Amino acid sequence: MIELTHLQVLSAGLFCIGLYGVLSRRNAVLILLGIELMLNAVNVNLIGFAVFMDPEHALGQIIAIFVITVAAAEVGLAMAIILRLYRSHSSVNVDELNLLKG
Amino acid sequence: MIALVLFYLAAAISIGGALGVVMTRNVVHAALFLLIALIGIAGVYLLVMADFLALVQVLIYGGAIVIVLLFALMLTRLQEFQGSLENSQWHFAAVSSISLFVVMIAAIVSSNKRGNEEAIHTDFRDIGSSLFTQWAIPFEVASILLLVALIGAIVIARVGDEK
Repeated sequence: MIELTHLQVLSAGLFCIGLYGVLSRRNAVLILLGIELMLNAVNVNLIGFAVFMDPEHALGQIIAIFVITVAAAEVGLAMAIILRLYRSHSSVNVDELNLLKG
Repeated sequence: MIALVLFYLAAAISIGGALGVVMTRNVVHAALFLLIALIGIAGVYLLVMADFLALVQVLIYGGAIVIVLLFALMLTRLQEFQGSLENSQWHFAAVSSISLFVVMIAAIVSSNKRGNEEAIHTDFRDIGSSLFTQWAIPFEVASILLLVALIGAIVIARVGDEK
């Protein structure tokens, strides 16, 4: 049968792949994709604990719904910022955006 | 037994999609790989009896977020930009994420939290009633957050007020 450990290992794998994407990519949209993967890994972990350890309250499922809400808001705002950056700099590579560098 | 086989299949789809997101050379393919990974994760949710979250995952992530990402890729025409998609520190990124993975696996193996023998189904009705009674205030705060994000996105992306 599926156990809690399986979900935890899947979650750890997804989180580390997403972390690699965030740290290694230059393109802001691809960094955003990595962040989405990390949020999904957290959701897998929350739901695993909810269905295996706390089925009567389902607290993890409720929190996962809020995580998805925040992710949707974050993607919308990040898209607006990326479009604005593209319009002003004609580039969305984060290592070329050094306006705040002294 | 069949559930375990299906779980390994769904997990392999989601891990493969995730690897595609971080490895591919094409930004549009990266968004489509993300869609594959999200569908695989929705399959995992179904197999552990979290069917409401599987539905939400497909509708919001698969339906809305990936479409928004594809729109952004289309509007910024990122394919015209040649050159490396990786920055100069990707070796360090690989080393640190692999070592974080090893630490996480060690923590999972050494923990003694095993929980119940199998996943227990929670009814739609129970999730809905606790969302609107015990979690009513966070629910309303989340709706205000979405409204603020919507207005903020419009204000930031609006054309015509560049100085």
